[in-house]
Amino acid sequence: MTKKIILATLVAVPFMAAALPAQADGAYRAKAVAMIQKDFKPRGQASLDRLAEDGVQAICNRTGNNPPAEIAKMLEADQMAAVVYPADGQLMGDWKKGEKLAQSGKGFTWKDKPGLPVGGNCYNCHQISPKEQAYGTVGPSLLHFGKLRGNTAETQKYVYSKIYNAKAHNLCSEMPRFGRIEALGTNQIKDLVALLLDPESPVNK
Amino acid sequence: MRKFRIMSALCALTSAGVFAAHVQAQEVDHAKADAEFAKFRAEMEDSNPAELFELKGEELWKAKRGPNNVSLAESCDLGLGVGKLDGAYVLMPRYFKDADAVMDAERRVVWCMTEKQGFKFDDIAKKPFASGNYTPEITSLVTYVAGHSRNKQFAVNLKDPKVREIYETGKEIANYRAGPYDFSCNTCHGSDGKRIRMQNLPNIGSKEGATKSVMGWPGYRMTGGVMLTHQWRMNDCFRQQRFPEPKYASDTITALLTYMTANANGVMYKGPGIKR
Amino acid sequence: MADPMKIRAQLKGDEAVIRVLMSHPMETGQRKDGDGKTIPAHFIQSITVAVNGKTVVSGQTGGSVSRNPVFGFKLKGAKAGDKVAVSWIDNKGDKRTDETTVA
Repeated sequence: MTKKIILATLVAVPFMAAALPAQADGAYRAKAVAMIQKDFKPRGQASLDRLAEDGVQAICNRTGNNPPAEIAKMLEADQMAAVVYPADGQLMGDWKKGEKLAQSGKGFTWKDKPGLPVGGNCYNCHQISPKEQAYGTVGPSLLHFGKLRGNTAETQKYVYSKIYNAKAHNLCSEMPRFGRIEALGTNQIKDLVALLLDPESPVNK
Repeated sequence: MRKFRIMSALCALTSAGVFAAHVQAQEVDHAKADAEFAKFRAEMEDSNPAELFELKGEELWKAKRGPNNVSLAESCDLGLGVGKLDGAYVLMPRYFKDADAVMDAERRVVWCMTEKQGFKFDDIAKKPFASGNYTPEITSLVTYVAGHSRNKQFAVNLKDPKVREIYETGKEIANYRAGPYDFSCNTCHGSDGKRIRMQNLPNIGSKEGATKSVMGWPGYRMTGGVMLTHQWRMNDCFRQQRFPEPKYASDTITALLTYMTANANGVMYKGPGIKR
Repeated sequence: MADPMKIRAQLKGDEAVIRVLMSHPMETGQRKDGDGKTIPAHFIQSITVAVNGKTVVSGQTGGSVSRNPVFGFKLKGAKAGDKVAVSWIDNKGDKRTDETTVA
């Protein structure tokens, strides 16, 4: 599966380069990339391979996060195809565990201990439960999410796949691909789905 | 003789902690909270512990030091002539012919320390930022240099093609998404009015946001009581971006500082600041 | 040797506002380092302010005061040119005195 994605992007990158009109800032972007490649050193778990762009990042970086629709569609489909759903088909976990996970912003920095579990980072960017006022606004408010959208099988699948890989829905979304990069496991994502959709969750009170 | 009470400034320090603890209690008026801290900051401005580091920096600037036993005052040119400090900070980053590079203030002082005084770069770069009770000499020196540009306008010279090139490169670095979370600088600092938790995120591409980003550095951070430079801020941003660590005083950092500072051109620099 | 203080003494009417910044770690003795070892207490425990050689303020401080503390006093009946000397002694016997002139 991963191979297929890499292949798709390998094809897509040169295609993009050819399709785009020569941009004035292309030279500066090349300089920026070269500068970044020489100016970092590994520390803790943060190794130098993190500086390389993967296919999705490459496309988004080269198009100002606004890729042509047909390319976006193709790569979104690739990302979606790689979403792993729970074996038992059950997408809702425990909203209480989800709330705890949503609060934590730990993980993946050079100061953090390598390995799992890491935090969901949710409140960093989203309003979620009305009880938490220290929420960020980089992402949209998710207050009353389940109340507004309903707790249908369809919505559950949408929320699960969105958390698993936000880029499957919107290629250059600012949200990390938590499942895809194995930051969050299946059960953790289920708990977050419950936080947003469970009628008992404070989000929907 | 009479006993005294610790006056307002210290009480204010305590109340900042209380203020933070109350955050979760009820609906928070974010604008009001910001205004409160601004008031506190204004109160603290003429009692900012940053001044202690300026004093320390002055001592270091004037002392004959290093293997070459020369002072920075008699050897270091920050762009306005050897030993000239007034207004030098707000004109940096700038191009320095002797080094054939665009340098920000901290990098320039490091350059003087290695090239003129004979210190080893690797020794300075080993622990370049303050933590706990440790404050590197370079931090005090930069604070001293910055203090000599109080109430002067930022004026990074974008007409110099070498500065322009670094500026444009910095702009692209701010755009570059990579790492496990796909973050770039601009993920957080590329649009107006965003927050991470309670922390406001200035848009470094706008004049207003860039002003917020460059103002108050170097800054005394009350959490932990440490003096930190703008180089440190860049370092810690990359940590939160989940990137590897940027090398100290590298081109990448200069480029970002050039981008931000030039975007704040024309704004009056208020000197070393105080931070939460 | 301890680092210098920064002292300001500004005349406002017949009062001088004195503000003193002190450079000191002010360790409480309660904190632990990364290895779980207690960091020994190290704080300023007495402060005196003298105007033209005469002590006008003396007081005790403890570990509850923040690192690099700021102190403020108002001195009544001050005039320009008065010499203000501030001294501190910490629990390890370190001391420091700095001076300024009311302006």
